Order: sequence, then C-alpha cells, then structure tokens
Amino acid sequence: MGDLMQRVWDRALERRVPLAVQFDLTYRCNERCVHCYLDHDDHGEVTTAEVKDILDQLSAAGTLFLTLSGGELLLRKDFFELLTYARARRFDVKLKTNAILMGEREALRIRDLGVRQVQVSIYSHRAEVHDAITKVPGSLARSVAAIRFLAGHGLHVVIANVLMKPNASDYPGVRALAASLGVECSIDPTITPKMDGDTSIVSLRMDAPQLLQVFTDPSVAGEGFCATPAAIDTETLDSLPCSAGHTACYISPYGDIYPCVQFPLPSGNLRRQRFEEIWYDSPQLQEVRTIRMRDLPTCSSCSLVMNCTRCPGLAYMEGNMRGPSSADCDKSMLRASAAQEPGAAHHHAAVPSQGVPS
Amino acid sequence: MSDLFIARGERLAARKVAGEMVILSADDSSLFVLNAVGASIWEAADGGTPLETIVDDIICRQYEIDRDTALRDTIEFVKALEAQGVMRTSNGAMVEGGDASSSGEEVR
Repeated sequence: MGDLMQRVWDRALERRVPLAVQFDLTYRCNERCVHCYLDHDDHGEVTTAEVKDILDQLSAAGTLFLTLSGGELLLRKDFFELLTYARARRFDVKLKTNAILMGEREALRIRDLGVRQVQVSIYSHRAEVHDAITKVPGSLARSVAAIRFLAGHGLHVVIANVLMKPNASDYPGVRALAASLGVECSIDPTITPKMDGDTSIVSLRMDAPQLLQVFTDPSVAGEGFCATPAAIDTETLDSLPCSAGHTACYISPYGDIYPCVQFPLPSGNLRRQRFEEIWYDSPQLQEVRTIRMRDLPTCSSCSLVMNCTRCPGLAYMEGNMRGPSSADCDKSMLRASAAQEPGAAHHHAAVPSQGVPS
Repeated sequence: MSDLFIARGERLAARKVAGEMVILSADDSSLFVLNAVGASIWEAADGGTPLETIVDDIICRQYEIDRDTALRDTIEFVKALEAQGVMRTSNGAMVEGGDASSSGEEVR
C-alpha cells in the first residue's frame, strides 16, 4: 500500500471512521455452492428506500469503500437503481457477483456507472468441477462469458478462486484462465461455518497435504494467504488484529451490522437504530475494539505467532473472539513447514493488510 | 478568467475524511488527497458557480489571503486537477453527473 493510502487509513482509524463497508443486498442466489454459508431464503431484505437511507448514513459517516455483494446482486430488481444511487453519493464501489446474469448490456452499465472493480467467483477452469460446486450446469461458461464482457469494456475484474477439497488442485488452471482473459486472480482457502452456526461445510476445507502443496508452490509464493506475515514485534503485539469494527464493518440484507462478513457478532440493526449510533456506541463493537494481539491468551505466546494470519471472526465462530481460530492455526503450522522445505521462497506481507480494497 | 466554471470529475469516488478530501479514480485507482483548502474548492465545484465567486466566498473569506493571489493559486490548483481528470473546467456553466451534495460531510 502506498504511503498516501496508509495515511488515509491511519486517519480513519484515529477518528474511528468506517472507511470500508461490505453491504450484502440479498442472500438470494441463483447458484447453490456447496461451501456457501448463507441461508438463501428471503426473510425480509431491506427495501430500495431502506438501502438508499443506509447509503446516505454511510456517506455521512465517512464510508468511501463500498463493497456490494450477496447472494447474487443481480437478483435484486432494483440493483441498478441502487448502484446508480451509490455512485451518485460517490462511493468507491466494488461488486462481488457470480455474473451468470451479466450480459453485455449489464457490463456496459456497470462500466458507465464508474464501478472500480468487479469480483467474479470461479472455482475451476473445468466446467465439470466448477458446475458441480455451484450446482448450476453451464455456470462456468456463463460466468466466463460475463468476464469477457466486463474486461472487454475496460472494467477491472478479479477472479475470486475459493479453494476447497473438490477444487484444490485446479487453481493453476484458474490462474491460467484469468491470464487468458486478461484479468487478475486471487486464491483463498477460507471456508466458514454457516451463519446459523452449522459447521458441516467446514469439512470442505482443504486438508493438510492440499494446503501444504499450495504453500510450497513457487507460482503463488508471496501472494495473499500464502505470504508469510511480517515478524511480530512489540509494536505489532500492541496493534489491532484487523480492521473489523475499527475502520470496517458488514451490513446484512436485513440491516444487521457485524464487525465483518466473517465475524457474525450481531452489533445492531439499522431498522431500529441509526448507523452512527451503532457504529460509535454498540457494546459489541466496543468490545471488538478492545482486542489487542498482546491480550490474546493463547496466540500471543504461540511459537507460530510470526506465521499467523489469525482471524478474530473465525475465532469468534469457534466460541471466543480472543481465542485461536483453528483454521488459521493449521495454516500457520503448514506455512511454517513449507518455509522449512529446501528452496522455499520467503515472502513477507504486512499485517494487517489494508489499502485500496482489492 | 471571470467566466471560468469548475466541476468535479465524474468517474471518481470521494469522501471527506478528517478534514481532507479523499478522491479515488474508478479507472486506474489513482488516489488524491486534498487538504482543507482543496477540499473546500472541490465541494464548491458544482459546475454552476463561477470560480471567482468560489474564491471570493470561500477562499478569501475562510483564509487570510489576498484575492489576486487566491485566484491565481486556485486556477493553478484547478488546472493541475483537471490534468489528472479530477476536475473539469469550462467557460460556461456545466451540469455535474454526480450529485452535488454527495461530496461527503465532515467526519468527526
């Protein structure tokens, strides 16, 4: 991250500005991904007027980075009305979509509205694998066609490649697909429990040999979760675990506010309270803000702390926001093992990772 | 230069954070941060207010600076932003694509 952007984040942190917000406009979806943590039934999602009011409140609170996601965004009939509204309020907008409803007309509208980035989920370059994960025959072909439209009209497209057991070996193919489409690709092995606490899908997480294979792959060394975090020092121990609840938060389609999409700690509801009341005064967010690395009873003294990318949200889902998150423990151990292998490349990433949200 | 008008660029995100205007380009992610004076000019750049009026009503009134210097510096500042696609200038009034009220409110 550049110095100027770091300064923006630092000032936002000093003033407790919610600089980045992810707002899921719907949990309804036209795919049924095997690893999805959402309940796709509509339990009364926010109306057009409510979304606009929330966007006004976010604008007033200082939110610049707005990620609109779902569910599948394009299932909302008012999607373009809301996107137009958000851009008129000069949010920096990023969209997360499976894009299978995205045609050339939609791609052009998104480009014309000044969206800075569109993230499209692709699980495999092989249709039989991708479509088996989404449970929608033909979904890979449709998503790839949409990426061609989006990229062809000059949009910044990032393929999000979530890795799990069924597709663990396909990321090189997805990266090659991204290269052929002229777009970026990010890989992520995070599989979270369902929002209702059901942990059955956690069994889809890559196993140790699969993770180790990724960590020792020179083609992805230093990228994303494969990067070794910066060494922990005194300053780091006094630092914040991540931006959740400090400069960022998540809003559900029902108006619930959480510290992060991966940190489902109910902190208030926008149908009952104003955003600023929740953001500044919620006891839950205030509790999250007290967490410092030094205070973590297990993690602060762990020998692997230097290799760790602990997520407080995943720890919360395991029962204690100050405890370890076992998935990150596993990754830390394997990352350390990979670093011991002959010829292993060492790449370091700054933590917490913040910048122009990418 | 009495008929110069200024308007904010269209494919930009912007928010006032802690007194500074943070501006981000949708096209190339370029980042611009304007100080308090620059933020005032950005907020006033509605396309319909002459630049001289902005200088008189905002710059000279809020900051201790003589009018000629303020006008010269503001034009230089605006032209620099125009070269970066952050602002537009015209010898006639313009219609802004974005909402003029959308540049953000002061964040505590």
